[in-house]
Amino acid sequence: MTEKIGVYVCHCGSNIAGVVTVAEVSQWAGEELASEGVVISRDYKFMCSSLGQELIQKDIQEMGLTRVVVAACSPHLHEATFRTACKNAGLNPYLCELVSIREQDSWVHTDKEAATQKAKAIISGGVARVAHHESLEPLRVPIHPDTLVVGGGIAGIQAALEIADAGFHVYLVEKEPSIGGHMAQFDKTFPTLDCSACILTPKMVQVGSHPNITLLTWSEVTKVDGYVGSFAVTINKKARYVNTDTCTGCGICWEKCPKKVRDEVFEVGLGNRKAVYTPFPQAVPKYPVIDAPNCTYFIKGTCKACEKFCPTGAINFEQKDEEITIPVGNIILATGYDLFDAKRIPQYGYGRLENVFTSLEFERLSNAAGPTGGNIVLRDGKTVPKAVAIVHCVGSRDQNYNPYCSSICCMQSLKFAHLVHERTGAEVYNFYIDIRTPSKGYEEFYNRLLEEGTNFVRGKVAEISSVARVPEEQGKLVIQVEDTLIGKQRRIPVDMVILSTGIQARHDAKEVAKMFGISCSADNWYIERHPKLDPIATMTDGIYIAGCVQGPKDIPASVAQGAAAAARVLGKIQQKEISLEPVRATVNQEQCSGCRICNDLCPFNAILFHEETMVSEVNPALCQGCGTCVAGCPAGAISGTGFSNDQILSQINGLLLLRITDQEYA
Amino acid sequence: MTNGNFEPVIIGFTCNWCSYRAADMAGTARMKYAPNVRLIRLMCSGRLDPTFIFKAFAGGADAVLISGCHPGDCHYIDQNYKALRRFHLMKRVLTQMGMEPGRLKLLWASAAEGALFASEINKFVEEVRQLGPLNWQVPGEAVSIPTQKTQVEVTA
Ligand SMILES: Cc1cc2nc3c(=O)[nH]c(=O)nc-3n(C[C@H](O)[C@H](O)[C@H](O)COP(=O)(O)OP(=O)(O)OC[C@H]3O[C@@H](n4cnc5c(N)ncnc54)[C@H](O)[C@@H]3O)c2cc1C
Ligand code: SF4
Ligand code: SF4
Ligand code: FES
Repeated sequence: MTEKIGVYVCHCGSNIAGVVTVAEVSQWAGEELASEGVVISRDYKFMCSSLGQELIQKDIQEMGLTRVVVAACSPHLHEATFRTACKNAGLNPYLCELVSIREQDSWVHTDKEAATQKAKAIISGGVARVAHHESLEPLRVPIHPDTLVVGGGIAGIQAALEIADAGFHVYLVEKEPSIGGHMAQFDKTFPTLDCSACILTPKMVQVGSHPNITLLTWSEVTKVDGYVGSFAVTINKKARYVNTDTCTGCGICWEKCPKKVRDEVFEVGLGNRKAVYTPFPQAVPKYPVIDAPNCTYFIKGTCKACEKFCPTGAINFEQKDEEITIPVGNIILATGYDLFDAKRIPQYGYGRLENVFTSLEFERLSNAAGPTGGNIVLRDGKTVPKAVAIVHCVGSRDQNYNPYCSSICCMQSLKFAHLVHERTGAEVYNFYIDIRTPSKGYEEFYNRLLEEGTNFVRGKVAEISSVARVPEEQGKLVIQVEDTLIGKQRRIPVDMVILSTGIQARHDAKEVAKMFGISCSADNWYIERHPKLDPIATMTDGIYIAGCVQGPKDIPASVAQGAAAAARVLGKIQQKEISLEPVRATVNQEQCSGCRICNDLCPFNAILFHEETMVSEVNPALCQGCGTCVAGCPAGAISGTGFSNDQILSQINGLLLLRITDQEYA
Repeated sequence: MTNGNFEPVIIGFTCNWCSYRAADMAGTARMKYAPNVRLIRLMCSGRLDPTFIFKAFAGGADAVLISGCHPGDCHYIDQNYKALRRFHLMKRVLTQMGMEPGRLKLLWASAAEGALFASEINKFVEEVRQLGPLNWQVPGEAVSIPTQKTQVEVTA
């Protein structure tokens, strides 16, 4: 045995040591695995601490260790830590193997004997494997300095501006005709009640005019190739039918357009727009789009009113979708959220009972630039309500719908209560399960509402109905609720109901995630690299997330995450180069029989066949290291660094050294 | 045969991206499952060489678990379909060699499916426990894989 292997078993406080008898495991490895090359085995409270790392480094230097096995947490957490520690002590980082006895052992098992035995087996597998590790050098690839930001809500806007201000180029892709996202639809923002447009519009304008930002609205990403540092992104720029070089955004076209269309997106069905439109007056960019499926010219072949009146001749009905491919080094996804569909809860009557509104509808209703000019009125457009019910947690914290808390609905409901009070003087009832106001200034806002005289009723609303039981309920919407504080069923008649519909992942979140090669949680929020320590990066290098794509959050948190994502990208750009895992396949030309089986197996077309020599070769720049060709080659001619046959076969052997309990079965 | 105190040893292969993270997720969420499975991380289920399966059985494993990303979710486009094909092929080969096909299991698990990962392992362990220890000997058939475990049992 030529290798000198050191084994380091971590207690992780009581996380591992509470279930696995760590000292025994460490002693066992030192004694029983000596024949496998183990020359030292130690245990320590926190292996990842600097003292723990020093322990390993000292042994490497003083004992001349040639291999290191650390038994601790998941390699996805600390592989880099221990590899760096080895590197700093002069050992090639790839000669270190981290095996998980926490996520895969102590945290998932309760039987101490079995868990201890499993830890030994896992370590034995790691020791057997590490003997076959090779010294590797990471692949250095340049980082393209341009960045792609997908989604022009507040999170994407913030990220784009931070990067552009730092002097680097950003492509901001937004699928709607204008950036702004949900925030552009609001009138006031909690908890300070400053006007949403007043704080958002300047940022939008900055984006629109920034020399370092290429704004691509009415566009969608259709394909993503490559990897961190050099992605190639294909974007479909949908036909606007408006020439943006000549359009001045004067608005004559939408004034003259005879075709009214119900605006289901920006006005959530409460208002109309024209077939040629910008979603709202402060839209960025200012150029309109023609909504072809609703345009009279596209439907009937005549009209062209916009073209006739456009003073600069900017309308162009011949425009086609345009596909462009751009190279970028990093990508930030800030595609936001969808509103929970209130129709899914039939007993709340949304869509059936006229004066039941969703939260977003109320935002438009209360917006000075909205369909009613900010007048809070019933659906008839004129009656001011005398009593209003606001129902919290609609679709949230409910096992039948979304089990999670949407985090913003309590505050949004309080905001609504305040606005209704202020503008109509109506009696307001807020129906809540729990009031959750955990951010800065939020509890204070709640107290303010209590003082304003809002009626808070603690109870989950059972039903909203228009069927009167007593004369006072005639013509009203009746809220049926169990008031859990007084322990009584109550029926409260009101004129208007606002459902504080929760927020959920976008309907296309999964497909988009797949295109970018990242993962979704069970609720389809995008999964961060670490829920606490890295809520910004994803498991895919070079792809970051910001705003509500990662989970429900308010504007300040979305802005913070957008800025944080930008900082991460800027850090990467500054490095100019990035090291990639050197996990790649190589063909041994001597062994290759030229069968070409591997050629078709590779998903990235990384394997080329040399006709002259009749052998295959892997292009390391294209190979991503999946290992399929290694497994497929009938001649055994391909080896995969980091995951070679020797490594895996030895690990299998090592893992099977022990059975579950010492007691052998008959 | 009574399998009362028989604890099967199972070798499980996971891919780096989804199923290994499902295992991590089960851990982070402290879900409990049977301690019988020992995992090996590959970059992708497409790396699964049939030799690995033979090696595991030959080395004393009572069953083998193959896991990867859901179809369509593989981080190398569609290599898990290759794993799927190899899985079906291996099942037939193993059956022809006289082994119960139930000793080989394929599991798709996404990074979010820690609970599924845990419950499927429990199910599999139970199934293998019912099958009993792996016994290669099938009367009248030549079996070329060594029957006895090559590893020494070590007592702690
Ligand atoms: C009714 C209501 C009231 C609220 N009030 C407040 C408040 O007062 N204060 C507060 O702090 N928070 C409030 N919030 C929360 C706030 O809306 C969010 O925190 C914030 O809007 C999140 O911003 P975002 O950029 O992550 O997402 P979004 O605003 O959803 O922006 C995402 C953008 O990405 C675009 N997009 C989506 N998919 C793609 C794609 N595939 N390609 C290109 N572009 C895409 C969308 O068109 C959109 O422009 C409220 C929420 C609701 C529902
Ligand atoms: S599969 Fe193996 S033997 Fe066949 S061409 Fe590829 S490397 Fe050569
Ligand atoms: S390891 Fe995967 S990506 Fe690399 S050459 Fe082989 S099949 Fe292609
Ligand atoms: S990466 Fe998970 S199966 Fe391919």
